[in-house]
Amino acid sequence: MGPLKFIATSTRFILSGGKAYWLWLGFLVALIVWGGLAYIDQFRTGLIVTNMRDQVSWAFYIGNFTFLVGVAAAAVVLVIPAYIYHWGPIKEVALLGEILAVSAIVMCLLFVVADMGRPDRFWHLIPGIGRMNFPSSVLAWDVLVLNLYLVLNVVIVTHLLYRGMQGRPYNPQLVVPLVLFSIPAAVGIHTVTAFIYAGLPGRPYWNASILAPRFLCSAFCSGPAIMLILFQILQRTTKIAIRDAAIWKIAELMAYAMFLNLFLLGAELFKEYYSATEHLIHFQYLFAGIHGHHALVPYAWTFVACGIGAFLLFLFPATRRNVITLNLGCLLIYASVYIEKGMGLVMPAFTPDTLGEIYEYTPTIHELRIGAAIFSIGFLIFTLLCRIAVPILTGEFSAARTPAPGRTKGQWAPHASTAS
Amino acid sequence: MPDTPTDRGIPSGADEETNAAPGQLSRRDFLTAVGVAAAGFLAGCTPEFREKYLQKHFLELSPQEVEARLARLRDDYAKRFGQEVSVSALPAQPGVLYGYALDLSRCIGCRRCVYACVRENNQSRSPQIQWIRVLEMEKEKGIDFETANPYYNPERVPDPEHFYVPVACQQCRTPQCTMVCPVGATWQEPDGIVVVDYDWCIGCRYCMAACPYGARHFNWGEPELPVAEFNPNLHILGNRPRPQGVVEKCTFCVQRARVGRYPACVEICPVGARKFGNLLDPESEITRIIREKRVFVLKAELKTEPKFYYFYGI
Repeated sequence: MGPLKFIATSTRFILSGGKAYWLWLGFLVALIVWGGLAYIDQFRTGLIVTNMRDQVSWAFYIGNFTFLVGVAAAAVVLVIPAYIYHWGPIKEVALLGEILAVSAIVMCLLFVVADMGRPDRFWHLIPGIGRMNFPSSVLAWDVLVLNLYLVLNVVIVTHLLYRGMQGRPYNPQLVVPLVLFSIPAAVGIHTVTAFIYAGLPGRPYWNASILAPRFLCSAFCSGPAIMLILFQILQRTTKIAIRDAAIWKIAELMAYAMFLNLFLLGAELFKEYYSATEHLIHFQYLFAGIHGHHALVPYAWTFVACGIGAFLLFLFPATRRNVITLNLGCLLIYASVYIEKGMGLVMPAFTPDTLGEIYEYTPTIHELRIGAAIFSIGFLIFTLLCRIAVPILTGEFSAARTPAPGRTKGQWAPHASTAS
Repeated sequence: MPDTPTDRGIPSGADEETNAAPGQLSRRDFLTAVGVAAAGFLAGCTPEFREKYLQKHFLELSPQEVEARLARLRDDYAKRFGQEVSVSALPAQPGVLYGYALDLSRCIGCRRCVYACVRENNQSRSPQIQWIRVLEMEKEKGIDFETANPYYNPERVPDPEHFYVPVACQQCRTPQCTMVCPVGATWQEPDGIVVVDYDWCIGCRYCMAACPYGARHFNWGEPELPVAEFNPNLHILGNRPRPQGVVEKCTFCVQRARVGRYPACVEICPVGARKFGNLLDPESEITRIIREKRVFVLKAELKTEPKFYYFYGI
């Protein structure tokens, strides 16, 4: 099977699906068009169509970017416990994690492009052609590691799908080192992203050494929350067998991660409120409002409440094994981390600004539309890749073929031996 | 389950190289074709297109390329504003390090510096951009940004209850903004002025997040500059009209300073609160102030080491 045949077969998979599948794709495409038109407008008239201004110079786009870096990182990090606890369908966990990582990284990069004042000059960021400010700019590092991470995951996913489609085993000498490398790389992209913020002495809300650990803890919650919901969907709609015990184990690990996340938040809140220096004002804006500006307060308490709620749901075995409370917990975590690592991270740092001015930001409809389009692109990539991956993973694809003598190893089915 | 050859006519992977049909595109052919197409595109586009959209970083231009860029800018601006325009790329002069001092006991908060700066440096009138921000502070609190008010609007200044702290780029010796720029579009010149290459800035605004003084401003929309108010005496790294989507900032009026003139804010100040000069010249006014008065800098704890000093002269 050559590359063209691979593309043709993948296309055939993508084009086959029921009514619900096509409705879902149609919905995503409609959102992409709707947001794409908003982006064309922004490209022409400038970022003035957003509500960002000099006082709050990063907002909705960069908040979403930060949240999605966490999702991209954590999906892959899930491979570690999958190895340690012998979950069985490790390949599913790894492959789906990589696919989620690819989708999330594409969304991250799109949010960065959406935030650029001069997207036509993106090539200035390409090493060799442009002029990267190494090693001093953390953002230059971040662009590099995010792209490397994207390439890494695309290579793994493509190789697994390509070989799976051929009915051949994947090449362990290629895949195992790459998957293992993608784990520290996942931690790396999140750490570098945290350092973008933590390295700025002029922004006390970010300039805390606790920021990178907090990023990692919240990512260990949000990424798996999405994976858990996904596993359950696949468990019901496809022949992929994922043991309940594996799902419960993930939920238990998430309870620990959420505990650490809340603990680190508490440690930071104690330091800021007890010492009550000039840095405190940003936390006050987030949790109580200042001088009549309260836009973030309801969101702040929502993220705290959702975080504590999810922690309790996942802490007790009875509730993490119950389908309803399990999924409720996932949604709570998703909401909590989306607020905390999105707008809750970006906006208080700019409010008040470095000279004490309060500019209260809320996103415009343009920003929301562009955000919706980018999320739709991510979901679209994820849906299409799953459309190709699932029949291969379940063995439906290879089962349709007649047996050939002499080649018995390398079966691509859930029970197949792992590369290790 | 044993492995299977295909019943759909898919050749097995092992035979992929040998069995590739003539006329089927191999991966190498495909990549070669893409490369050739890209090279052809670059070769085919006009030098004007390349200069405008694929331009180099300012510091990588040869002297001839600088001249070519200046000529293009002169033509563009002359056409747009219908008058003779001079665009200079005069580099830093040897033996010069610019410094600034502001006498807080004299400043009356009249904001004439703000408007002179806007006029001199061709800032956008809509959306409004101002490089100088004058903060009204309560006398009882001293310099406290949290209670500062940039939008004060009394009948008369100075208001007896308040004093005024104008803030612009502090021209730090260790600038945060240049350090974080991912593409090196902003840097400190040998004479200490932090400048921006408007043709290289990608508009990511990381420098604005990094600056502790709110000194950097972004062109959120297409900057509007009335023809009648255009200042045609331009420097390529300073006051030339900016494009949409890039960051700009105070340059100590680089177009004036490097030919020995005072910045516009110094010249306009009606109470003589603003002082400017060469920190390396022991006889200059700025070094005399540092020697004889007691000066301080804003947010000294951040170790940005500004070359913009404040003092109480009387």
